[in-house]
Amino acid sequence: MAILVIAEHDNAVLKPATRNAITAATKIGGDIDVLVAGSGVAAVAAAAAAIAGVSRVRVADAALYADLGAENLAALVVANAAGYSHILAPATAGGKNFLPRVAALLDVAQISDIVAVESADTFVRPIYAGNALATVQSADPVKVITVRGTAFEAAADGGSAPIEALGAAADLGISKLVGRELTKSARPELTAARIIVSGGRALGSSEQFHAVLEPLADKLGAAVGASRAAVDAGYAPNDYQVGQTGKIVAPSLYVAVGVSGAIQHLAGMKDSKVIVAINKDPDAPIFQVADYGLVADLFVAVPELVAALG
Amino acid sequence: MKILVPVKRVIDYNVKVRVKSDGSGVDLANVKMSMNPFDEVAIEEAVRLKEAGIATEVVAVSAGVGACQETLRTAMALGADRAILIETDVELQPLAVAKLLKAVVDKEQPQLVIPGKQAIDDDSNQTGQMLAALLGWPQACFASKVVVNADKTGAAVTREIDGGLETLDIKLPAVVTTDLRLNEPRYATLPNIMKAKKKPLETTTPAALGVDVTPRLKTLKVAEPPKRSGGIKVADVAALVDKLKNEAKVI
Repeated sequence: MAILVIAEHDNAVLKPATRNAITAATKIGGDIDVLVAGSGVAAVAAAAAAIAGVSRVRVADAALYADLGAENLAALVVANAAGYSHILAPATAGGKNFLPRVAALLDVAQISDIVAVESADTFVRPIYAGNALATVQSADPVKVITVRGTAFEAAADGGSAPIEALGAAADLGISKLVGRELTKSARPELTAARIIVSGGRALGSSEQFHAVLEPLADKLGAAVGASRAAVDAGYAPNDYQVGQTGKIVAPSLYVAVGVSGAIQHLAGMKDSKVIVAINKDPDAPIFQVADYGLVADLFVAVPELVAALG
Repeated sequence: MKILVPVKRVIDYNVKVRVKSDGSGVDLANVKMSMNPFDEVAIEEAVRLKEAGIATEVVAVSAGVGACQETLRTAMALGADRAILIETDVELQPLAVAKLLKAVVDKEQPQLVIPGKQAIDDDSNQTGQMLAALLGWPQACFASKVVVNADKTGAAVTREIDGGLETLDIKLPAVVTTDLRLNEPRYATLPNIMKAKKKPLETTTPAALGVDVTPRLKTLKVAEPPKRSGGIKVADVAALVDKLKNEAKVI
């Protein structure tokens, strides 16, 4: 059995989610190849080659992969799919975008967002916003899978896999990247953060969202997240959103400030190790999942907490 | 141009689902069903494109049991012109739905297909991408803004990605899947619900479309996720800091 893991990167840095997908691949068992497609990706390929457990890194370095567009990337993966029993990618916006395209071109089902590997053909995945766990078995010749990063440890360094170059496939020319507008943040990335401070609608405004949460996040070295209500109200950018339709996180500590705890939000954070809720409504559903709840006005409690952390 | 909008009948998003005790699935008996929220956004976008004079016809399509008719009537009450039901009692998985939709696209020849980004029951997030692959069309997934070019040969679509937004220039025909922030869906008014009853609803079957819908994945069991042990409420900030430092040891 051989497994192909598609690396996620921004042409400069290998994204940590790739390491979680590699750990999932080691649980399936077999040789693990990593495919790095992009433009000017020598550093990414070198980082992938250094990960323990990787047998080979295959690199398609060409201008047409610079945008990591789904159409060209899927065509490249399919052209190089021969010999693999499993094709994996992280369940990030990137992996979710191109991998179903690969599966359809191979005429196989995709198994989305797995949280456990039972055997080489049987996997566990959450359904209904994480309110149920389905164990599914695939009879397809190739298993195409996206991996929920927070469910698997990150694979560490310690390998020295050979790197080989792959030829580029033809440019399909049906889609072109016009521009990217990325949210600038000096804080840790939400999906990789050890601590997350998350705000909800109760923050009241964009100014208060930042003024109240950021000192706490800075004190804890935490990433800042938001509920859908806070994002829809314009208090936080949409890539801060934690939930079924946003990011799935599982930090050591999740501090929910002024978040009611709708099903949609819980689906994104209820696997956190310790959950703290600060909310003035004692009946808010968030208290049902919180390890430590504090019924208090967040505008008083959060500054107190910052002060108490010294 | 014509727009095709696939819609799915799912458990209402406000319902707290219950896993059946025999582990065979989720209990759907006597549970409120509704249109998948992402599909409401898709219908809304298609109807807005029609109101802007860009689209000429909006066709809603759904695959599944006979009761999906209600979902299609809702789509027509929201502004779809007509509907197609692909009726089957077989459990449909995304690849099968993508193949059924491809058969409908081949017949209807729309310039744009707008599915929701994912259904809130199976949470797969695959069908739109699979349909684009089968058709050889470009895809723009998780769209938060769609601008069709004046000559209708292309579109600029802004997508939500990890870390921010990106804008793609895609050639039409294409598949665009909706993210929640694309628009705010309207409510169906009573007169429109009445009018929707008179709009045409055509029924077909997977066999008539020549598509094999046999499931590829077998669900062995469905279980409740592990429950979190009940937490405690602390009296004040000092007690909270003490618990986090000395009991949970996370800070």
